[in-house]
Amino acid sequence: MSASLLSLHAVSKNFGGLAVISDVSFDVPQGSRTALIGPNGAGKTTIFNLISGVFAPSEGEIRLEGQTIDALPSRSRIGLGIARSFQNIRLMPHLSVVENVMLGQQSRAGNLAGMLTPLSLFGRSKYRREAEDLLESMGLSTYPGEVVATLPYGIRKKIEVVRALVAKPKILLLDEPAAGLNNTETANLRDFLMTISQSGVTLLVVEHDMSLVRSLCDHAVVLNFGRKIYDGSTRTVQEDPAVLEAYLGTRQAEKTRNQAEADHVA
Amino acid sequence: MSGYWAGILSILAINVIFAYGIFLPVATGQLNLGGAGFQALGAYSAAYLSAMYGLPVPVTVGVGMVVAGVVGFLIAFPILRTRGVYLVLATFAFAEVVAGTILNSDTLGGAMGMSVPAFIDWEVPVIVAVCVTLFVFYLMSTRFGLTMRATHDDEVVTDLMGVNIRMVQVSAFAIGGALAGLAGGLYAHAFSFVEIQSFNALISIYVLLYVLLGGTQTAWGPLAGAAFFTLLPEFLRSFLPTVKSALAALVGIEGPVGPPDDSWRFVILGALTIAMMVFRPEGLITRTMIERLRFRRSTAGKEVTA
Repeated sequence: MSASLLSLHAVSKNFGGLAVISDVSFDVPQGSRTALIGPNGAGKTTIFNLISGVFAPSEGEIRLEGQTIDALPSRSRIGLGIARSFQNIRLMPHLSVVENVMLGQQSRAGNLAGMLTPLSLFGRSKYRREAEDLLESMGLSTYPGEVVATLPYGIRKKIEVVRALVAKPKILLLDEPAAGLNNTETANLRDFLMTISQSGVTLLVVEHDMSLVRSLCDHAVVLNFGRKIYDGSTRTVQEDPAVLEAYLGTRQAEKTRNQAEADHVA
Repeated sequence: MSGYWAGILSILAINVIFAYGIFLPVATGQLNLGGAGFQALGAYSAAYLSAMYGLPVPVTVGVGMVVAGVVGFLIAFPILRTRGVYLVLATFAFAEVVAGTILNSDTLGGAMGMSVPAFIDWEVPVIVAVCVTLFVFYLMSTRFGLTMRATHDDEVVTDLMGVNIRMVQVSAFAIGGALAGLAGGLYAHAFSFVEIQSFNALISIYVLLYVLLGGTQTAWGPLAGAAFFTLLPEFLRSFLPTVKSALAALVGIEGPVGPPDDSWRFVILGALTIAMMVFRPEGLITRTMIERLRFRRSTAGKEVTA
């Protein structure tokens, strides 16, 4: 396995007395497409919030390329190469598509001169052109000036990924990118994410759609009740007893296992 | 030009500048109900420098603007720690503190007010209002304007995009304070007299209404709101009697007609305000509307070239 880009070392997070994440460690290999899966309430989104800096871990350490990032404010992390999308689409509803994407350029253009340069007063600025070109290359050039609130759900999901992508991240955290999409849209999204991965961006994906996980990701980390229960290939994840138990409950897991053994014997 | 129309133009120009001063924090997601306080700071700074030291108008107005801007910057840090209705109350309380301080200050004339020796005609506020309008349009087209509007929509995500939202909020509040102070300084010279009673809570409410009803999504909103709500009462004042006597003649009543008379124009204004809130809460001018106009223009252009 190649070198790790992002790693969690014995990370815990408590909200008051409630331990949401307990002693979780895992590596996201450079260039991988890693899935972070687990039942509802397992702490997947909390892990994303810890990595992106919305919360600080109670214990443990998060490292990007070997450097600890826990002391950095959340707004500095996108500049280091950590960009994310959200479980519920969080585009700016009153901004147009291209303006939402231009917001993703902030980490590269947020100095005083960048802040005071008009984006579209006298023709199109280079930032606006860049955003429009990226939208076009991702097949989203239809409505650059349209206000986001009026667009269909699947399109908005993609725009959110493009907004994260325009920051030129090393790692992209995607929180349930396929939630609420139909089969065609999901297949479409999978190809879209494959293209991104092939351009050299490491993906860390929270996803419930197991067929998408199997077809997209090469590495999986499974959480249950805030603890890591599996870390390995996506091929074997559905045969792992601990994972089966977490998803199906003990008795159902035994039944499934017995069934599998019976099938094997037969 | 008659004194009446000169006065209307001056107050219109001042209201536009004042509305932009409140628009900047509101577009960033902070309701500022302390407009009168910033305006009073600018007006009294200008009045004091003009009356005591006889300084020229550009200096007095400039100092008024800087004073309001610096005070805005300083109070932004504690005030912007509050949210929602508490922020509204905090800004409101700030205006009351300013009013109370001036009312109890003998140097500034207390309840008697101060006369301002240097007079400016209507052209000066109008020219300044045009410059301020252009400045705000420029500001909203920059990345700073983009981050302001993004902060308004979602602070958490804007922060994660790498924006220093605190810096954006404080800057918008302070620049807005400076513009309100500029409006105050011009007011002092245009009307040659300042008294603290004319910077009351009602003024803060009105200017916030200009902005909210005009629309907070684009820089067109405050312009439309300030123009509409400044000119409407005057329009009603001059046309209401005509409309009424025409109606009276139509139904055959002779002699003087009872209410609604002249002073009812504020009732009509209030009713219109409520109607706006009900039927178009996002304000008169919205982004979708502007985009649609632009889209229509660009497609029309394409048809011509094709």
